[in-house]
Amino acid sequence: MKHFALLGLFLTWSLANSLPSYAEVSESLKTIQSVGLEGKGNSEAAQAWSELVETGPTIILPSLQAMGEASPLARNWLRSAVEAVVENARSSDAELPTAEIRQFLLDRSGEPNARTLAYDLYASIDEEAATELVPGMIDDPSPGLRREAVGQLIGKGKSLLADEKTEESAATLRNALEAAREVDQIEEIAKLLRKDLEQTVDLPHQFGFLLYWNLVGPFDNTDRAGFDTVYPPEESVDLAASYEGKDNKEIRWQDYSTADDYGMVDFNQPYGPIKEVVGYAYTEFQSEKEQDVELRLGCKNAWKIWLNGELVFGRDEYHRGIRIDQYILPVTLNEGKNTLLVKACQNEQEQDWTVQWQFQLRVCDSTGAAVYSTDRKPTPDPVAKPRRRGAE
Amino acid sequence: MKRLLSLLVFFALAGSAARADWLNFRGPQGSGRALDASSLPKELSDETLAWKVSLPGRGLGSPILIGDRVVVTAASGPDQKQLHILCFRASDGSPLWERKFWATGRTMAHKKTNVAAPTPASDGERIFALYSSNDLICVDLEGNLLWMRGLTLDYPNASNSLGMASSPLVAGDTLIAQVENDSESFAAGFDVATGINKWKMDRPKAANWTSPTVLEVGDDEIVALQSSKGVVGILPDTGSALFEFGNGASTIPSSAAVGDQLYVPSGGLTALTISSDGSDPESEWNESAQRPGTASPIVLDEKVFVINNAGVLNCANRETGERLWRVRLEPPFSGSPVAGSDSLIYIFNEGGLGQVVDVSGEEGKTISTYDLGETILSTPSLDTDALYIRSDGHLWKFAQP
Repeated sequence: MKHFALLGLFLTWSLANSLPSYAEVSESLKTIQSVGLEGKGNSEAAQAWSELVETGPTIILPSLQAMGEASPLARNWLRSAVEAVVENARSSDAELPTAEIRQFLLDRSGEPNARTLAYDLYASIDEEAATELVPGMIDDPSPGLRREAVGQLIGKGKSLLADEKTEESAATLRNALEAAREVDQIEEIAKLLRKDLEQTVDLPHQFGFLLYWNLVGPFDNTDRAGFDTVYPPEESVDLAASYEGKDNKEIRWQDYSTADDYGMVDFNQPYGPIKEVVGYAYTEFQSEKEQDVELRLGCKNAWKIWLNGELVFGRDEYHRGIRIDQYILPVTLNEGKNTLLVKACQNEQEQDWTVQWQFQLRVCDSTGAAVYSTDRKPTPDPVAKPRRRGAE
Repeated sequence: MKRLLSLLVFFALAGSAARADWLNFRGPQGSGRALDASSLPKELSDETLAWKVSLPGRGLGSPILIGDRVVVTAASGPDQKQLHILCFRASDGSPLWERKFWATGRTMAHKKTNVAAPTPASDGERIFALYSSNDLICVDLEGNLLWMRGLTLDYPNASNSLGMASSPLVAGDTLIAQVENDSESFAAGFDVATGINKWKMDRPKAANWTSPTVLEVGDDEIVALQSSKGVVGILPDTGSALFEFGNGASTIPSSAAVGDQLYVPSGGLTALTISSDGSDPESEWNESAQRPGTASPIVLDEKVFVINNAGVLNCANRETGERLWRVRLEPPFSGSPVAGSDSLIYIFNEGGLGQVVDVSGEEGKTISTYDLGETILSTPSLDTDALYIRSDGHLWKFAQP
């Protein structure tokens, strides 16, 4: 056994010394890292890609490392080079740098997608060894790797449930829920806990939806012109102010909270299912520090969102669908108070699937973990859902 | 050495590429008819099933055929963020290569459709794979990456929350794609060698799932872009508008082109004749009863066919639009019909039932059905002697034994 270990070390050392240095392939990697928008650098990147692939398996580790300073486009160039090299190596029985791939996989400072790719490569070489690593990934910063570990825990929880070991099952699924970042897994765990184990789950808190808002509306959106119209809340938010709304009616800000599992802020609740209107929602978020986060919005109406008075993004699409994290918007929060203003526009369509005038918003880190306001209030008690009414 | 090998492979493939390449959605002119497909199986059956292979993810896009290569795309993973381009050997279905990418654009889509909804395109040397996420990827026939565009990175509001589905095609040395939606709606022509925009034009701000078709007018190729507003004919190299038909058109079934004639799903079906002098297209006829459902129309010789939402195949006189006969098929259909040189129409319904309809006589007759047992939302592709179809889980080839 000791001899095998020594042999392994020797092979690892040999392989490491046969690898090209980062500098030797760095020009090709830099060229690929330089690809930009609208096709910038494509031709040069194609040449560099070809050079990397012709070099063979020794480029795998440098390419994985280079993903740390690569754009999403450049990461794809690097990924496909790595996978082309692996495909070629397999067809020619060439050796792959297994130890280096494993080492890269285990180093949590690596780029999350690159580490997930490293896991897939490692699993394709030694599936059993890769599977043994999975439980240790339960708190991994790479969503793809964490997903594997959460999936294992869900499986274990289900198995315990099938054996009627309800307490152990609940404990296992609670651990899975705490670790889960991806929506489908959170939903699956919550369903098991609620329906099969009769447990309570604070799903809005788990997701980190913003639940307390101030709403004002309706402003006019006839002919969808309201999307581009600058109404007073876009210039400054004064929660004590009154405005002239649609049809010259005086409108004021009002408190609003939601206990919806998916944090849905529903303008139809205070205003009814009216059409060709604009509403605004305002809230504040206390950040413990200056930090990069993602605003994750779902909305099937046309919308705009401002952070601290600055327009982040807007989109004039109506009733094509809504889902959690439909739009992911990277922003930087100030330390302390931050303001969020959402504009949601309802159009003229009258089909029953166009009644919704709503959005959902959460603040997350780049892995999908909820980032909480330091003064986050408890989830409100659920209230009876409003009756669904047809469009007026 | 490797480059030399690649070159030899290319010339070998180029030789065989003269057979009956099917290089984009609905093949020649984007119209579903391959006149050089002369030895297709007349029945779909266990006997004519040549092979089937598993796919790693769903997709609605058709396979494309380049020499002895079959290329198909797929999307997989919890949010369909894994994009695949897969290449198989046509003769035996053996895998040749696979490339995978992470989607850079939005992957949200209605659950019925999929991120791999558009059919890839090829110019015989390169493969262009477009996805609902607006990732546009070009590889050569060996799978070497030549260029990549993230069109949602370039144009952040270009997306459709129901999913995009328009398929690109190549005309001359330009790849043309319609990226049309409610917000940042455009069409563009890309240099096939570099992926750089040759032109980009604003398009109607409305969701549109139709694909471009190619008209052959004299020695010119004119690309027809269909939308809710109608049809615009453009020169592929510059995007310059050559003609406009403004009577509105469907946003789901695409037009069928035959030479300089265009059969547009507009007010039912409208037949147009296009000239190269920039004059307005001449409307030959409009027939409201010839209203296609999801499937696009197809023209065989002197007959034009549409399948309506009830699954009825309508045959009309191509010259006049007059209905000749109707026959009920087994619906529902998301894919479109295709045909080779004989008078057989091939189509698969959503339940996976393949249907072969003989349309040579005075009325249509279904002569063969075959249940693949899997969801099929796609359109078949034709070689000279074979039919390829992709289901949710597999790629299938049918040929004469």
